[in-house]
Order: sequence, then C-alpha cells, then structure tokens
Amino acid sequence: MNIVKQKLAAFSFATIEEKGKTITVTVPKENLYETAKMLRDMEGTPFDFLIDIIGMDYGDEGLGVIYNLCCTHFPAYLIALKTSTPDRENPMLYSVHDLWRSAGLYEREVHDFFGIKFINNPDMRRLFLRSDWKGYPLRKDYDADPAINPVPLENELIENMETVPSITLKMGQPVESTRKLFGEEEYIVNFGPQHPAMHGVLHLRASLDGEIVKKIDPNFGYIHRGIEKMSEAYTYPQILHLADRLDYLSGTINRHAICLCCEKALELEVPMRAHYIRTIFDELTRIASHLLGWGCTAMDMGSITAFVYGMRDREKIMDIFEETAGGRLMVNYNVIGGVAQDIHPNFQNRVKEFIKYMRKMLKEHHILFTGNPIMRDRMDGVGYLSKEAAISVGATGPSGRASGWSCDARKIEPYAAYRQVEFKEMLRQDGLTFDRYVIRLDEIEESLKIIEQLIDNIPDGPYAAKTKAIIRLPEGEFFQRVENARGEFDVYINSKGDKSPYRIKFRSPCMTLVNALQETAIESKVADLIMIGASLDYVIPCIDR
Amino acid sequence: MFDFAIVTSWIDQFLRSFLSAGWTLFVEFVLIGLVILALYAVLALLLIYVERKVCAFFQCRIGPNRVGPWGVLQSVADMVKILLKELINIKRVDPFLFKAAMFLVIIASICTFGALPFARGLQTIDFNIGVFYLLAVSSLGVVGILLAGWSSNNKYTMIGAMRSGAQLISYELSAGLSLMAIVVLSGSMQLSEIVNQQAEMWFIFKGHIPAFIAFVIYLIAGHAETNRGPFDLPEAESELTAGYHTEYSGIQFGFFYLAEYLNMFIVAAIATTMFLGGWMPLHIPGWEGFNQVMDFIPSVIWFFGKAFLCVFLALWVRWSFPRLRIDQLLNLEWKVLMPISLINILLMALLVL
Repeated sequence: MNIVKQKLAAFSFATIEEKGKTITVTVPKENLYETAKMLRDMEGTPFDFLIDIIGMDYGDEGLGVIYNLCCTHFPAYLIALKTSTPDRENPMLYSVHDLWRSAGLYEREVHDFFGIKFINNPDMRRLFLRSDWKGYPLRKDYDADPAINPVPLENELIENMETVPSITLKMGQPVESTRKLFGEEEYIVNFGPQHPAMHGVLHLRASLDGEIVKKIDPNFGYIHRGIEKMSEAYTYPQILHLADRLDYLSGTINRHAICLCCEKALELEVPMRAHYIRTIFDELTRIASHLLGWGCTAMDMGSITAFVYGMRDREKIMDIFEETAGGRLMVNYNVIGGVAQDIHPNFQNRVKEFIKYMRKMLKEHHILFTGNPIMRDRMDGVGYLSKEAAISVGATGPSGRASGWSCDARKIEPYAAYRQVEFKEMLRQDGLTFDRYVIRLDEIEESLKIIEQLIDNIPDGPYAAKTKAIIRLPEGEFFQRVENARGEFDVYINSKGDKSPYRIKFRSPCMTLVNALQETAIESKVADLIMIGASLDYVIPCIDR
Repeated sequence: MFDFAIVTSWIDQFLRSFLSAGWTLFVEFVLIGLVILALYAVLALLLIYVERKVCAFFQCRIGPNRVGPWGVLQSVADMVKILLKELINIKRVDPFLFKAAMFLVIIASICTFGALPFARGLQTIDFNIGVFYLLAVSSLGVVGILLAGWSSNNKYTMIGAMRSGAQLISYELSAGLSLMAIVVLSGSMQLSEIVNQQAEMWFIFKGHIPAFIAFVIYLIAGHAETNRGPFDLPEAESELTAGYHTEYSGIQFGFFYLAEYLNMFIVAAIATTMFLGGWMPLHIPGWEGFNQVMDFIPSVIWFFGKAFLCVFLALWVRWSFPRLRIDQLLNLEWKVLMPISLINILLMALLVL
C-alpha cells in the first residue's frame, strides 16, 4: 500500500487520508479520469475491481461521487476515490466506464438519483425510474410532492425506453446526442417483466437472429421501492427490516451486514454467542438460497421435479428459522448488538439432523441432475465468463469464483465467527455455466462444514449487547463488506451523528451479475441465455432496491 | 377370449333388419363417431389425472385429492372450468387460420385414434395400408401447430412454431423407419394382420435385437413428436412462455391440451400394437397352461394395460429429464437416431431373409 501512496503523492491535486485499510483520495473533478486510470493500470497492484459507485449530495458543497476501488491481489485494502462538483444545475463528470465495465450501470444509477451526467458514457438513460420522472430523488432538495410526479396511468413508451441519450466532448464542449438502441429490422423479443424464466420482474429486451441472441438491453425498476431513500428517514433499527427485503433469499446476511456496520460505528462489543449464532444463521441462509438457485436452474431447463426437491430441502431450513426466530423468509433475527432472542432449545439438534439429511440429499441431487447427460450438454461449453471479465464487470460471489476469481468476503475480511472456523473458498477455473451451477452445490457442502464446527461450540453468555434505546451513529463514514449468497454485499453509511443516516448505500451483487449476463450471453442461443441467467442466479429486488 | 366382433355384427344385423343398407352404414358411422369422440374425451381426462398423480409421486407430493375420492374428479372439474372460460379475441391475428389451427391439430389426433385396434374385433377400419395411414394422419398435426404459431402474430409463438416444425418433421423420419422395421418383419401393413401374427410371440421378442432397437427408437421419436419434455422446445416454458399456443384461451387452448395428451396415448398405443402384440395376451411358446391363463384376461385390458405402461414410461421421462436445446435435439435425430434406424432396417431385413 505504500507504493500506492507514493504514486498518489505524485498527484499534487489529490488529498490523501488513511484510516485502517482504507485510503481516501479526494481529487478535483477534472483529474478524476486521470487518477482512476492511473489506479486501474498501476503496475503490481492494479485496482481492477470497482466495488461500487456511490452518489452523494453534500448539500451546499454540491454533488459528489465516491468510487470504491479494490485490488484483486490485495483485496482487503480499499481506495475510496472521491470527487465532487459544485454545479447543482447541470453537474457533469467524466465517465470511467471504459476502465471498469461495471461502471456503466453504476453511473446510470447515480445519474438517475442525483442527476449527475457522465461525459462519454454511451448510455445515459435513467436506470430505475421512468424517463419522464421529474427531479432526482436522492438529492436533499428533492420535492416528493405527488403533484409533481403523479402515479402514471399510461405505460412508458417503448420509443422513450429505446432512445439513448449520451454526452460526448466535441472541441472541449459537451454535446448531447441521442441514438436508437435497436434498428428497424431487428427481431426483438421481450423477456419479462412477467416471464417464467426471469426470477422476478427483470425486463430483458433481446434482439434475436433466429435462435441467436445479438443484443440484450436490461431494464430495471419494476420493483424499485426506494429503500435507500426511505432509510434516510428511518432509524437504524427500522432500516434493518428493509434489509431483509433487498435480496430476500439472503435477507439474514444483508441484515447482518447492516448490524455489523452499525456496530463498527458504535464500537460495540458483540458477545461471542451472538457471533456464533449469526454465523450459523448466515450459512443456513446461504444453503437455502443455493438450494433454491439449484432448483430454479433445473426448472429453467424444464426439469420441474428437481425444483420441487430443492424446495423440499429448503423447507427444512425455513422450519429451523421459524422455530427460533418466528420468521421464515423474513427472519428478522439480527439486531444491532446481537440477535433478537436466544436460540430455541431444539435448535442445535435440528440443525445437526439437517446436516445429516442434507449430506444425503446432496448426493441425490448430484445423481439426479449433475450427472444427467442432457444437463451436461446444455451447460458445458456455454456462457464463458473469463476471470478478467468477471473482475471488470464485478461479478462477485459464486459466479466470480466459478471463473477463478477469489472474492469471498468471508476470507478477505473475516467477520462474525468466520475467523474461528476452517473452510475452503470454493474456486473453479473454467467460468462456464456448468461451473457456476456446480460451485453452488460445493458451497452448500462447505457451509455444512462451517455449521458443523460451530453448532456444538456455541459459547454461553448473553445473546446481545446492551444498546441505547435510541441508536445514534457517530459522525463519519462507515463501510462493511459481507458475503451474501450471490456475492459481495456492502453497506456504506454516511452519518451526521443523527438517529438516521445521512446517506446509506447498499452494493447490490445482482446488478453486476446482469452486467455479466450481457457479457456472456451475446452470440449464444436463446435457450443458453436462459441458462446463463439461471446460473448467475440474480434476485431482482436486490437490483431494484 | 371374447371377440367384440360378435357385438358389432349383432348391432349391424339389428340395424339391417329394418333399415336399407345405405342408412345402416350412415347410422353406424354416426354411432362410431360418437363412441370414438366420447372415448377420446374420457381418455384425455383419465390421462390428465394419471399424469398429475404420477408427477406428484415423482415429486414427493400427493397430487389432486380434493374433488372426489383420491381426486379422481379433478380433471372433470378442470374440464368444466375450461369450457366455461372466456375466449379472448385477440387483435391482429389471422382470424380464420387462428381458429382453424386448433381443429387441424385435434382432427389429426382423432383420425389417428380412430384407426387403432383396441381389442379383438374392435377396430373401426382395417386398411391394408394401416401403418401408412397412422403415420400420414398423425403427422398432419404439425400443420396445425405451424398455423397456430404463424396466425397468432406473436414472436414467442412464431419461434415455437418454427421449432415445432423442425422437430416434428425430423422425428417423423425415425418414427416411420422404426415402424418399417416391423413391417419388414411381418410382411404386412395391415394392423389386424400385424396383431394376429403376434399371437404366438410379440414382435419385440420375435424380432430379436432389431425389434428391440426399433421399439426404443420409436418410443424416443414418438415422445418427441408429442412435444413433451424433454422435447418440449416448441412450448419451452422458460423461454417462450407457452410456445405456439401462447395466445389461445379457454377451450381453444383446451383443444391443444387434449390433443397433446391423446397424442401421448396414441404413440403408446401404436407402440403397443406394433411391438407389444396389441391386444394379444402374453404367450410363451411351450407354456400351454400359462398361455391359457393369460387368455382369460380380456383383450381390452391387455391393450390398455400395455398402452398405459408405455404412457407411464413417457411420464417417467417427462418428469425426470431437463429440456434439450434445439441443436442438440436435431443432432440427436439426424446424427444418432436416423442412422441407427436405417441400419436397423437392414439388420431386420437380414434377419427375415
């Protein structure tokens, strides 16, 4: 990291701050691209993984953007690259989409919520909201009056959805231009928002040539609830409940992330018992999510029986959750400082029974589906995502690990009880649809091992630390990385010392997976597009937040 | 063993006693038509129920169990529901072809169904080119499917119909060739003749290995022709929502649904007739006592028992395997099944010689 600091010191315009493993670099907006390019191409430690782009409204100081960067060789170290523009009327920044492919969608999101336009980004449509939406909701001066944005009674026009504005520099002056996404002759098929293979309300518009996919245009926002905006008015314990609704299949883990972030800010000592219980719950959630992912992959291939088997096994986990926490899908168990209540007396026995049961069933699943020749033919040699591409689009989680990218946040920065257990990070090298499928089953096995190590050793003691009735986070910025079932889930909280955050941002692991879909599915067949989508296993409410 | 020809000829003589020959024929046609339609509908309901139950057991579920004892009336209730459903008129379809398509599909299916020998003496019409007739009429259904996809004026249906066309025409070849192997063995294309020749021993045993290969190929190809999983690409749910019948509603969709189930039965019935001795009981040469016991079981039960065994095989495959991709589907036919069935005919010819 010293090399990085030396390199950055050469830039006289940059102010550098170091806090723990994070280096915060603030640059003027004119030098943003230059600095980003230097970091991206740095020899030895290229910052090749753009974790997230966070839009900020600094009030009178204008609008800003934070780029969280990570070097895949030293994944524990982060660089937060900050820039801002005082112009609130027509804010413009340079795009970094050619350095990191994931930036394209992230910049659209910032544009959608803060109105910042990114010069050179070829696609500056709004990401979640309709193109006729007035105002930028996450700005502090946004007027939420329903008279300004009434509930629309008409569908959004397809022409508006397909007209892509972009800004380029011509002779040093920004010029706005528009283009059409699809040509007149293209055969465009809608997948979604209501479609059996879209796991949620994702809307893909695919241009087909016979059975071959030529172009894909994902369209988000059908289930956008504005959770980040809502959170700015909620207290921290209230925000926890929204976390379950992000990626509802790994709700417990998301909630855990927010708890960890708040605890980090409060410097709260969480009892070991709570850490153990949380870890077990996280892993059970991961298994449940992977089982559903496995089943859905099978169902997308027309094998409904396998889907039912996946659901049947997942049901056992739901029952365990229900007994202890009362909730099944929305477990509502983690609270700031620990867990909501102690575990049920049956909990340990039932989990141990489940481990035995699951091991047996996992074998059956492999026989039923992994070894099936039709299934192998459909998945092998299809949907190649290279390691470089996976890093560039930011496809974390099992999808990235199937391409050989070691990106497990549980290993990078062990949280909760992950330091106490031994487990392998599952890695595969080929990056095919089959690898993304089989790595999930492998991870189930690994999660079982983790649970096995913890379940008998849950220490005695309180299950939660005492917190104040009203939780106020101290002033500052807090960041927590957690591995949920689909990839890296990060929470960024900017607090002004109030009982609700000034700005909260969740990194959606699924949004980057849609990026990966665009990356891999071009020139494949329609049936493969569906399979690639299933193997990436994205959850739409996670994208739409 | 009871010969249904006794009943049919009695009805014939009864009618002739007070009607002229032409009128007798007319009344008989109407009667047979009604009987076949009724049997068609009842079988469809039965098959839907069987499928739902079998599928439920494969999936560790119970299946329908509320309407009637063990849910047997479930498919009747579903039929009433589908009859009462609104037929949605869709703009920008080709109205004539849109409506004609479903009739084409179901007529092709009924025509094939009508020509099957259900039991001793229970066959509507006994052509001397019976096998040709079955192949020709059953493949008319693809025209209906193509028209349905085309006239719906929808992108999913269009892709579904094109896939269906490619699939059905390809698999028709190996289905036909595998049946030809039996024609070579029996030396006749008349269904009654083929069944009678199997009195001693079913063709699947008589024909040694070639007959068995032909049987397996026919089951695969026939299964593919019914558009059911793992060959359900034309209606691949996860890609094309419902494929060629996306735009149909109510009983219009019901016709496609009915035809799909009956086609499954027809494939099983043809396999039964050609390979498993039709309505002939299981005879083992030399075991006289055994053969006589077998003869006590009515021929109808033999026929439907064997046909339902084949249906069960189809269901088993349907609920176990994932769907193929279009290129794999065509590879399987043109690179595997086709050459094997050609060689198989040659083998069969050598065996007969």
